[in-house]
Amino acid sequence: MSKTPTSTLLSVRNLTMRFGGLTAIDDLSLEVPAGRITGIIGPNGAGKTTLFNCLTGFYKPTTGTLRLAHPTRGEMRLEALPSHRVARDAQVVRTFQNIRLFPKMTVLENLIVAQHNVLQRASKFSIAGLFKLPGYRQAEREAIERDDAMWLQRLKLEHLADDAAGDLPYGIQRRIEIGRALCVDPVLLCLDEPAAGLNPRESAELNELLLYLCGEMGIAILLIEHDMSVVMNVSDHIGVISYGRKIAEGTPEHVKHDPQVIKAYLGEDEEEEVTGGATA
Amino acid sequence: MAYALQQLINGLTLGAMYGLIAIGYTMVYGIIGMINFAHGDIFMVSAFIAVTAFTILAAADVTSIPLALTFVLIVSIFFTSAYGWAVERTAYRPLRGSTRLAPLISAIGVSIFLQNSVQLTQGARVKPIPPVLEGGIVLWDAPGFTVQIGWSQMLIIVTTVILMSAFTWMITQTPFGRQQRACEQDRTMASLLGVNVDRTISYTFMLGAALAAVAGVMVTVYYGVVDFFIGFLAGIKAFTAAVLGGIGSLPGAMLGGLLIGLIESFWAAYLWAEYKDVATFGILCLVLMLRPSGLLGRPEVEKV
Repeated sequence: MSKTPTSTLLSVRNLTMRFGGLTAIDDLSLEVPAGRITGIIGPNGAGKTTLFNCLTGFYKPTTGTLRLAHPTRGEMRLEALPSHRVARDAQVVRTFQNIRLFPKMTVLENLIVAQHNVLQRASKFSIAGLFKLPGYRQAEREAIERDDAMWLQRLKLEHLADDAAGDLPYGIQRRIEIGRALCVDPVLLCLDEPAAGLNPRESAELNELLLYLCGEMGIAILLIEHDMSVVMNVSDHIGVISYGRKIAEGTPEHVKHDPQVIKAYLGEDEEEEVTGGATA
Repeated sequence: MAYALQQLINGLTLGAMYGLIAIGYTMVYGIIGMINFAHGDIFMVSAFIAVTAFTILAAADVTSIPLALTFVLIVSIFFTSAYGWAVERTAYRPLRGSTRLAPLISAIGVSIFLQNSVQLTQGARVKPIPPVLEGGIVLWDAPGFTVQIGWSQMLIIVTTVILMSAFTWMITQTPFGRQQRACEQDRTMASLLGVNVDRTISYTFMLGAALAAVAGVMVTVYYGVVDFFIGFLAGIKAFTAAVLGGIGSLPGAMLGGLLIGLIESFWAAYLWAEYKDVATFGILCLVLMLRPSGLLGRPEVEKV
């Protein structure tokens, strides 16, 4: 994939995260370009999810910086923001490996929660929203019509809008979770194993969605994924992490043949699986 | 028959007040999984604020009852919410993220602190106010017994119905309600979507305190006396109501409050008045043993 080079959206510098004696991330540096899909792979326990937790204000990194060059709001330091401001101000949002919807809310309500920033701004302050003043109602209606309806349609969820999210099948819940993240209007979308538990047809649909988000909507995506058919096909760039360190970086083609990666992933002799693993 | 009808009215009045206080317990439990044992004392503080406000009005020679009630309600809601906010900010928020037991112990501390500070500043004696709403409507003049609903009872029941409806609407329809429910179901996720969780929790405490304030004003009007210890018993009974209805469930708190009120007043009327508290706490024990999730609560499902 030869796309024109773009500016760096997120730059992770010398990130270290220790929990007591355990070093989950060890001096990791990584660049995430704007408008591209960056894959993060590595064996279980390599520190991939910890990286996401640091990004979204869930953990405070022991050392290191996470600079986001926000396209309209200037540079932000993610490690210094509380987690609700990471979503609200920096517009960085993530999904979870194990789905975390609001199970007792409807699908539509799940999406509206993510949009409340837009709504809050429209209502000036929450008191106006509290009493549903006309200005607020207007904003809510517009937001629902514009964003929610678009995402519901795009993710083929329209007919489920009023169902309780927790009662829906797994594959659909995945889609809702991504849809909800999109309602934050992200500049950087961090997906933690979005293909886990999906069947091959659903994975293919996911690929299509990711390419659309990145290509058409210009959203940068950071993707943790074990399903090689997803990572290898959609990523523009892949970083490989093992034991908290970056061991390789480059195009999917390059990474696939990197001896370090093969070693970390499969032990010494199983090169077969990495190249052939895409269809497995 | 007439006697039973009268007990029904008394029970509903009592139940409405328990329900208002119980909502504070259940909301706070829903959002941070903690029993706010200081909530009963917040209610007690609101009754004292009401007494003070009534005294000021009496000194200012205000005679219009609707005007006086509105003023007292506003003053009491305002200051009690401030108490609710301050308690959360100073005693619970710093402990968030520590063990579950820590804020519970802190809550007991706040409860003792509030009781003692009111005792020290206001004195330990019962404080009376002049009767505000006297009389009522005679519903049924049966031979030997007159069924009557007092104006203050009517005020309590009507106010409670209005507040409960407004509250239900707020939780289900408004953006604050949506954020509140989001925090209740998954606080971390709500925060990652941009919901200011700390602020939502603060508002929840203030709302719970505001409802307790309404109950406090009503109690002051209904009984005409307050003392620094009323928060303890009222708080524990409202807590029982919340547990009976299913802690974490708003309709449950309302239902539980009504049931506790009715049981208490019928028990006192037909069995032994001096054992009415035993009845309430017996129910608490039974619910905890037989149906810990309460009448409308859902059984706790382990999150995967």
